[in-house]
Amino acid sequence: MSVAPAAPKQKRASKAQAITQGDAVRSALFNYVLSLADDALVLGHRLSEWSGRGPMLEEDIALSNLGLDLIGQARLLYAYAGEVEGKGRGEDDLAYLRDEFAYANLLLVEQPNGDFAATMVRHLLYAAFMHPYLQAMQTSADARLAEIAAKAVKEMAYHVRHAAEWVIRLGDGTEESHARTAAALEELWMYTGELFEMTDDERALVGKGIAVDRAAIKPSWHATVDRVLAEASLQRPAERWMQGGGRSGRHSEHLGHLLAEMQVLHRAHPGATW
Amino acid sequence: MAIVDKGAAAGTDEGYFQLARAHRIAAAVVDPEIPVLTLEDLGVLRGVERRRGRIIVKLTPTYTGCPATQAIKLAVEAALAEAGMANARVESVLSPPWSTDQITEEGRRKLKEYGIAPPARGARAHSLFADETVPCPKCGSAATAKISEFGSTACKALWRCEACAEPFDYFKCL
Repeated sequence: MSVAPAAPKQKRASKAQAITQGDAVRSALFNYVLSLADDALVLGHRLSEWSGRGPMLEEDIALSNLGLDLIGQARLLYAYAGEVEGKGRGEDDLAYLRDEFAYANLLLVEQPNGDFAATMVRHLLYAAFMHPYLQAMQTSADARLAEIAAKAVKEMAYHVRHAAEWVIRLGDGTEESHARTAAALEELWMYTGELFEMTDDERALVGKGIAVDRAAIKPSWHATVDRVLAEASLQRPAERWMQGGGRSGRHSEHLGHLLAEMQVLHRAHPGATW
Repeated sequence: MAIVDKGAAAGTDEGYFQLARAHRIAAAVVDPEIPVLTLEDLGVLRGVERRRGRIIVKLTPTYTGCPATQAIKLAVEAALAEAGMANARVESVLSPPWSTDQITEEGRRKLKEYGIAPPARGARAHSLFADETVPCPKCGSAATAKISEFGSTACKALWRCEACAEPFDYFKCL
C-alpha cells in the first residue's frame, strides 16, 4: 500500500473541482438554452397549426410567418444546446426525440390555439415578455446567446406589434370580439406567472451574466400589456394564483398531443429527410 | 467584404485570384425568392476565405426561419462546384446580425424596378409602434395603406396604393 505525496493529491483534487464546476455550468447552460428553445418551438408549432385555417388569407400568412420565425429561433438554440451538451445530439434529436416530461417550455405556449382571439392574446403575453428579454440578452456574457438574441429581437418586435394590433382591434371591436378576447385573457392570465419564475440553473447563470434576470423584465412587460389592454378597452385580470411546472416538465395535457403530432414522422422514420 | 487567405497559397497571386473569383461567383448568386437581387445586393455575403485548403464562403441569414437560407447555401456551393471549386463550403455567420440597411443602393434600385418597395432606412431606430410611410414603387404616391404586416415571404409586407390602386410588396425593415 503506497501513500501518495500530499501536494499532487491536492492538485488533483482542485483540478477535479474545477472540472465539476465547469460541468455544472455546462449542464446549467444546456438546460437553460434548451428551455428557451422549447418555448420557441412549441409556440412555433402551435402557430403552424393555423396554416390553411386562418380567419382570412392575410392572417393565415401572418401566423405562418410568425411560426416560422419562432422555429428558426428554436433551431439556432437547439443547435447551440447540442454543442454545449457535447454528446453529439443535434437539433433534430433534441426536438423530436424527447418526451413530454423532458420538455421545459412554459405552460403558456403549449395552450391550445382556441379561437383567433385566444391565439393573439397568448402571443401578446409571450412576445411582450420576449422582446425586452431578448434585448437584455444581447449583452449576455455568453457570446453565442448574445448573437442569437441580436437576431431574434428584431423579429420579435414585429410579433409584439402584430399581436398588439389584433388585441386592440378585437378588444375594441364588436361585442362578440370583445367578449372572446376578454375570456381568453381571463383563461390565460394564470400562466403568466411562469414568465418570471427562474430555475436554480437559471439563477446561477444570471449570477454569471449569462442568463437574463426575469424579474427585471416585469416592469417593461406590464407597461406594454397595460398599454395595449387600455387601448383595447380590456381590464387587466385581477391578481390570482399562478400555474407553474412547465420548466420542470410538469405540463398540461395539451403538450403530449402536440408532441405526438410533431414527432410522429421522425420517430416512425428516424433520420428521414426530404 | 473581406477576402482572407490563410492557406498554403497565401500571398501568391494564384491563391488570391482564386479567392477573388470565388467571391465574384458567390456574390452573383441570386435570391430564390427575389431573383432580381444578388447576394451582394442583399448584403448577406460576409467574406470568402481559405481554410486548410478549402474555400469557405461566409453568409449571414436574413430572417432566422427563412427557408431561402438553405436554398441559397446550396446554390452557392453548386455555383462554385461548377466553377471547379467542388470543396467550397458555405458557413453561416450570425453576428453582426443582418439588417435591411445592408441592402446596397443597387439592390434598392432593383427592388423598386421589380415592384417591391425598398425598406425604410435606419432599421435600428425603428420603434415598436411607429407608423410607417411607404411610397408606392409603381407611381411614387405616398397615399398608401398597409394591408398586412406579413406577405408572401418572411421579409415582405403587403401594401396597397390608394392613388394607382395597385397592391404591392414592401420589403420590411429588419
